[in-house]
Amino acid sequence: MSLLKLKNVSKHYQIGDITIKALDDLSFEIKKGEFVAVMGQSGSGKSTFLQVASMLAEPSSGSIFLKGKNVTNFDEKNRAHLRNKEIGFVFQQFNLLAKTSALDNVALPLLYSGDCEALRIKKAKEMLDRVGLSDRTKNAPNQLSGGQQQRVAIARALVNNPSIIFADEPTGNLDSKSGAEIQKLFKKLHQEGKTIIMVTHEKYIAKMAKRLINLKDGKIVSDKKI
Amino acid sequence: MEIKSIFITAIKALWVNKTRSVLTMLGVIIGVSSVVLLTSIGTGLQLYIEQQFADLGANTLFVVPGNPFGDGGGLGNHETAFIESAQGKIKRRYLDKILRDHRDIITDGAATGYSTGEVKYKNETKKITLLGVTANYETVNNTEAVKGKWFTKNDEERSKRVVMLGPKVAEELFGKIDPVNKQIKLEGQNYRVAGVLETKGGFGGPSFDNYIFLPLNTLFDDFNSELIDNFSFKIKDETLINEAKKRIENTLLGENLDKDEFSVFDQTQLLETISSILGILTTGLGAIAAISLVVGGIGIMNIMLVSVTERTREIGLRKALGATPDVILVQFLFEAALLSVAGGMTGVGIAYV
Repeated sequence: MSLLKLKNVSKHYQIGDITIKALDDLSFEIKKGEFVAVMGQSGSGKSTFLQVASMLAEPSSGSIFLKGKNVTNFDEKNRAHLRNKEIGFVFQQFNLLAKTSALDNVALPLLYSGDCEALRIKKAKEMLDRVGLSDRTKNAPNQLSGGQQQRVAIARALVNNPSIIFADEPTGNLDSKSGAEIQKLFKKLHQEGKTIIMVTHEKYIAKMAKRLINLKDGKIVSDKKI
Repeated sequence: MEIKSIFITAIKALWVNKTRSVLTMLGVIIGVSSVVLLTSIGTGLQLYIEQQFADLGANTLFVVPGNPFGDGGGLGNHETAFIESAQGKIKRRYLDKILRDHRDIITDGAATGYSTGEVKYKNETKKITLLGVTANYETVNNTEAVKGKWFTKNDEERSKRVVMLGPKVAEELFGKIDPVNKQIKLEGQNYRVAGVLETKGGFGGPSFDNYIFLPLNTLFDDFNSELIDNFSFKIKDETLINEAKKRIENTLLGENLDKDEFSVFDQTQLLETISSILGILTTGLGAIAAISLVVGGIGIMNIMLVSVTERTREIGLRKALGATPDVILVQFLFEAALLSVAGGMTGVGIAYV
């Protein structure tokens, strides 16, 4: 059974008189445990694809199914709950809260799912341990290297045990050594059975995925196993 | 998500940006403290003056020439002119008549006349206001002697040359020397200092502390005056004030005085006039201070706006991680409310200090 299914999804932006079809009648399906890399030139619709598939943005038309359930018409509140429970985000810019400890950053999604403080701290500590930062829990982002920051962000994405992890160029802001560490971490997550959708524009990073999708003008032009 | 955790989140968000939070609060702190400070100065002044009047006693009635309260309640040129023309109309004997006729409700009454003159002690000379009073001025107007003793009824009837000094006059003429029983010169005549009065202060106008008090008859004899400035009456009971007022008015009208040539009032009337002036003053001060509060409020709005713009990333992130729009809204409301409350309280604290 598919975990996430996009059916004839379109996303249009209106700029003046021009309608931009960021996603054009796109259909896509991902099964549990898959590791998908999404590639394409800038303007190909990668980011929009990620936003729509991860419930950040609403599609103009088409439907989205998560775990077989039609979630297309969820309101903003329910989408927020859905993102909180089912989806983990890893961004290119890390997007950690400044001047806030790694522990608090990781615990942030748990705050919105309503866990009690003791449980939040316990789960966040476990996650930081899992990404190898158990000795950096008190450090604020500016006291961490780029690679460490991204690992904190990954711990945050994992902390609510989501069904899918969306990663938007997770190594794009890192030097090659830190980038390699992050790649290794994603590989490990995949081996542990996590479902991952990763947007990237670098071939060698896409290679660690098991399936590669190429986007062009808001359409999937190729979809192959590697 | 519970309200409590949103609240804690808001506090944390403020805490990590301490400088921004403090700067935001600064406007409110200054605004609130100036409002509190200025209004309390006004109110304090009002209370002080009310206290001064309360010292006179709530059961005191005054009779003055003319109609100082007029129709508009103020002292216009018209009213002042009337007072001057009516000045000589009130006679000393009316006091005795009122006291005699209404003994049942008026316990005592004092008369005051005034003149000006030059006082001299050794090499110190000073232009001064002289208040001629009946001996019972002490009890009727609650003015006690701190040194020496008030001159007596006997002294007054015999036009003896004794004086009571206001505390400021005593200080200026005598310095550290005890003035009691010393001789001073008023317009060249020798007078004995019988005592020094307690400090009374003035209500922004002339201060009684600067006056020299002498027996009314002495003033009439030595200064060639017959002018009565006012009568003050002690009424048996506060509830009888209106009754007494009416009776005094009738007695004076019976003495061929015109309605406009005198007025009888109690201190509440005087107090109301002064209070209304002070009320306007306090409101004015408050309004000025309110401007700074408004500026402070706009400051908070401004910084909140900037910080929302600045924090779109943070808001976006929080939303991506599962914060509903309500939760974000409540968090920002909490932040703004906390800043305002904390700023306001600090402002009150500063004003209090």
